[in-house]
Amino acid sequence: MLLTEEKIKELEIKANDIRQSIIEMLLEAGSGHTAGPLGMADVFTLFYFHILKHDPKNPAWAERDRLVLSNGHICPVLYATMAHAGYFPLEELKTLRKFGTRLQGHPHREYLPYVETSSGPLGLGLSQAVGMALADRIDGKDKDRFIYCFMSDGEHDEGNSWEGIMLAGKNKLRNLIAVVDRNNIQIDGFTENIMPLEPLADKWRAFNWHVIEVGGHDFRVLNEAVEEAQAVYEKPTVVISHNIPGKGVHEFERDYRWHGYDPNAKTAKEDYAKALKELRTLGGKIKSEHE
Amino acid sequence: MLNPNLKLNPKIFNPDVEEVNIRKGFGEGLVSAGEIDKNVVALCADLTESTQMIFFKEKFPERFVEIGVAEQNLATVASGMAAMGKIPFISSYAMFSPGRNWEQIRTTIAYNDRSVKIVGSHGGISVGVDGGTHQALEDISIMRVMPNMDIVSPCDAIEARKATIALAKTKKPAYIRLLREKTPIITTEETPFAIGKAEIYWLPEVGLAQVGIIATGGLIYRALLVAKELESEGIKTKVMNLSTIKPIDEDALIALAKETKAIVTVEEHQIAGGMGSAVAEVLAQNFPVPIEFIGVQDKFGQSGSPAELLAHYHMDVIDIKNAVRKVVTRK
Repeated sequence: MLLTEEKIKELEIKANDIRQSIIEMLLEAGSGHTAGPLGMADVFTLFYFHILKHDPKNPAWAERDRLVLSNGHICPVLYATMAHAGYFPLEELKTLRKFGTRLQGHPHREYLPYVETSSGPLGLGLSQAVGMALADRIDGKDKDRFIYCFMSDGEHDEGNSWEGIMLAGKNKLRNLIAVVDRNNIQIDGFTENIMPLEPLADKWRAFNWHVIEVGGHDFRVLNEAVEEAQAVYEKPTVVISHNIPGKGVHEFERDYRWHGYDPNAKTAKEDYAKALKELRTLGGKIKSEHE
Repeated sequence: MLNPNLKLNPKIFNPDVEEVNIRKGFGEGLVSAGEIDKNVVALCADLTESTQMIFFKEKFPERFVEIGVAEQNLATVASGMAAMGKIPFISSYAMFSPGRNWEQIRTTIAYNDRSVKIVGSHGGISVGVDGGTHQALEDISIMRVMPNMDIVSPCDAIEARKATIALAKTKKPAYIRLLREKTPIITTEETPFAIGKAEIYWLPEVGLAQVGIIATGGLIYRALLVAKELESEGIKTKVMNLSTIKPIDEDALIALAKETKAIVTVEEHQIAGGMGSAVAEVLAQNFPVPIEFIGVQDKFGQSGSPAELLAHYHMDVIDIKNAVRKVVTRK
């Protein structure tokens, strides 16, 4: 779908707001993951505000696209994006990880019915998306909508991920589009030190997927990649999105330790306002400079 | 005597009683379930003939998915299909599904509450010659501890067929445990079956029973042989077919314990955590009575014929009989 300059500007402001919500909710929760959610904020923003066929006012709409979040630990970005999209009130974000909340530490589809699957344990999302795509093929609905799966780079360590990749390649699931958050970090360090994934694109290609590599913080190229993926007929497509972990807050960026840290871990509460002021996601600008 | 109300196989005690694989009953039941509901789909991990999914595959090729030797994928892909309204049956040997893919089943099927039916063929020691790696003796335990999960362990091929058709109609996750080798036909088409309902297959001709024998799976045949032999020795028993292990029929268990005040449980499974444990949990809280457990005693299996293995691991007629005699003395 065409992405106008005006729309890009709108998305940039939205992504900035979502990042702000992520930091606020993590501070309130006192625990949770920081780097992944900030790094994926642009991807989530583009999908929920431009790409997905969905209706936040009618979340159970049967004809909606399906978006499976495989690496459930980045759910702060999922929750924040869904709240900004109108699925539930922004105020509810403050309940993250608290007793009785719908916003579980890792998503649960029965607590929050707007998420397609419960997730958290790694390596399981893609296979569920493969199952959804197969079901749509059986029902002849594979040309009516897409099944998207967001997954992390670290969860390529899991054998189940590759089992899903293999089966999708075998079945030429053109209605399946995976987006890999290639941010190069996992809990214990950089992915290439923990368990090297490169050549990651070649590996997916070898499993009969169409592969597109993009920078994940440029709405235009990201959008073009998804359009290309939608046009590929003979294979499933993976968009490997090169993202900066912790994107937007200088102190968090590119530091694997922020994979699992919450903003309380290093930053005193008074520094939090500073982190928000320093949020540079609007083409490298902070919000006041943008306005 | 055999419970006359249940229309059990009248030839059950004949030496030439008909024997059929329990897994075959599943294979036939799955075809029927597929005919009843077009949303029934089948997924297999490279064991289509062994698990008897082949009948479904031949009848509904467009609704069959070959996953390859990847049981973790088997469970997770099925969960995704269920999310779109399908009713997937997934089959492999019980040792691999739910053995290998337990966490996938927990997270994507049970925690997600998806209507996926996990079919573990080759349960128990009677898998026989394949040896200990392939004999699932822990599957009931590991599935029983999972919230949302129903468990059915049919006693013969006919019950397996009925159970398969019934499970396709529930909206819940479920595990169905099958055996590899042929076992005697115990029931008939007319014998009632309902998920969650235990039935008394043997009862005294007059008076109350002194011992309740609760069996699940193919071993109920041996339990019935024991009941018949003990009757001639003057020991009155009731034999219960507890084919649904979860949700467990608490009322029936408590009624049996109240009548007999002594219970023997019989299963082809580790004693730890299995059907017997489930029975003990109910009775300990509601009506405590002495219980003897027939099952595998914290050991792995080995190669051998089913008869040799059942004898070696103390699940044979003589073992059940001794357990009954012993439990009477503990009253």
